[in-house]
Amino acid sequence: MSLDLHPTDLGAPLDPLPGHSSRGRLERVLRRGEFAVTAELNPPDSANPQDVYDRAAVFDGWVDGINAVDASGANCHMSSVGICALLTRMGYAPIMQIACRDKNRIAIQGDVLGASAMGVQNILCLTGDGVQAGDQPGAKPVFDLDCMSLLETVRTMRDEAKFLSGRKLTTPPNVFLGAAINPFAPPYDFRPYRLAKKIAAGAQFVQSQYCFDVPMFRDYMAKVRDLGLHEKCFILVGVGPLASAKTARWIRSNVPGIHIPDSIIARLEGAQDQKREGKQLCIDIINEVKEIEGVSGIHVMAYRQEEYVAEIVHESGVLKGRKPWKHEPNPTDATVSERLEEIRQGRQENQQQMADIAASKPH
Amino acid sequence: MPETSAPSPAGDKPKIGNAGAAKKAATGAYVPGDVSPNRRVQRRYSIRLWSIRHSRLLEWFYARFAQAFLLLHPVWKAIGYSRVEAPVTFVEKRVKGMLFDCRMCGQCILSSTGMSCPMNCPKQLRNGPCGGVRANGNCEVEPDMPCVWVKAWEGSRNMVRGDAILNVQRPVNQSLRETSSWLRVTAEAAARRQASEGAAP
Ligand code: SF4
Repeated sequence: MSLDLHPTDLGAPLDPLPGHSSRGRLERVLRRGEFAVTAELNPPDSANPQDVYDRAAVFDGWVDGINAVDASGANCHMSSVGICALLTRMGYAPIMQIACRDKNRIAIQGDVLGASAMGVQNILCLTGDGVQAGDQPGAKPVFDLDCMSLLETVRTMRDEAKFLSGRKLTTPPNVFLGAAINPFAPPYDFRPYRLAKKIAAGAQFVQSQYCFDVPMFRDYMAKVRDLGLHEKCFILVGVGPLASAKTARWIRSNVPGIHIPDSIIARLEGAQDQKREGKQLCIDIINEVKEIEGVSGIHVMAYRQEEYVAEIVHESGVLKGRKPWKHEPNPTDATVSERLEEIRQGRQENQQQMADIAASKPH
Repeated sequence: MPETSAPSPAGDKPKIGNAGAAKKAATGAYVPGDVSPNRRVQRRYSIRLWSIRHSRLLEWFYARFAQAFLLLHPVWKAIGYSRVEAPVTFVEKRVKGMLFDCRMCGQCILSSTGMSCPMNCPKQLRNGPCGGVRANGNCEVEPDMPCVWVKAWEGSRNMVRGDAILNVQRPVNQSLRETSSWLRVTAEAAARRQASEGAAP
């Protein structure tokens, strides 16, 4: 049985460990120094919980955390709180994303408490894309907090057990705090300092935007190491397969903040099977970045290609034989169903008859 | 006829904006006139950009100015801070509005942001650029506007105390909007001075 499993109830938080701020698996894996793998769940446009379970099942046994996105790209989907509620029910380790675009500080702090109560152990604080990027550009952008003040808010709630207003919490939300980084957007020389700022605000792990430009990422990491930041937080590199050169071009011009160099597009274009090449490219990038000092894991964003995550993780060999947690039917469930079956097999008593017998022949 | 009336797809310029904001606006979603992602022109930002280029001068000037304001503290106090609020706000709004496109958040942090007003960022970020900045340094949301934070970083590099940009800023207190931050800063400085004077003897 895995180390990172609650002995009796698989949905329950693990035992607290010294030096850990959450009671989840992801933090344990990272703090043990193992190479962590997280993946992003494509949120369903439906109210059916089974959709979430099905989409999480493809990651089973391959990832240490599942990102529940908060209307990424400003497109409307099932909410991250909802997805997290479903995932924790099944024992998965969700990373709840909170974007500042849609909620003000009142709603956000309430959600943090609610999520933590449901067993969410990891929270990722994001600014969020502008509403113009999504399917409802007429929406009112909120941006009451920004990712930095959001980090600080949640950290205050956790470490000082109080709201932003100073009102006390009786039980603080014990969460592992994350943030996002994008080393591939200007102003490039400010980016490492921005990571430093995020760490100062409370970030304990960061996930990066898609990395397609490894040399650029190397430069960034060199700066990060100079500042000593890789020792203060865990850095997970964002990777993902590109379906084709055409998609790559579309992403480059339509999705804010994703940098895809021409050489990548050229490589995809030159391939016979572009989809396969995209996957291979992703594996190659993983193999390159995992060697960079200060990288603690990868974050696989395989939008609409989630079924490839397992292959990509397997073929890149980053887990080195380690088996992340897998959803197995609860051992106690098995006992209960066995017992029920036994009862069903047993002799049936006719209650009425027994009562009659008891009434007419008491002895 | 369609050949002449409809622009040929080949001749189309690449769409500005994410996934063609204008196209989306045409679907009926409400787009306010003067914040349309595609309509703003460079000219509108020129004074703001001048201020950022001269951030060091403005930093020096503001330090003098704040001192003068503090010297006037007895005057403000005699008239009453609440009574001078309206006229000072009036002036502050116009002066900073011209120089920085100030949005009167009431808790000015221009000195920490390279003299680039962060409230002009469509996401009103006060702690640095979002991840969506375009490769040319323009804003994700408004493709024609240079990203406020790219400029802030440039401006801060010219300033003596430019490293203040590395401090984590608290969230905006929305209840202070449209109030004078000059007066607030002065009142706070005066209170600090008084406290230290009170503690000294
Ligand atoms: S690109 Fe710059 S100005 Fe535009 S939303 Fe992001 S940080 Fe703000």
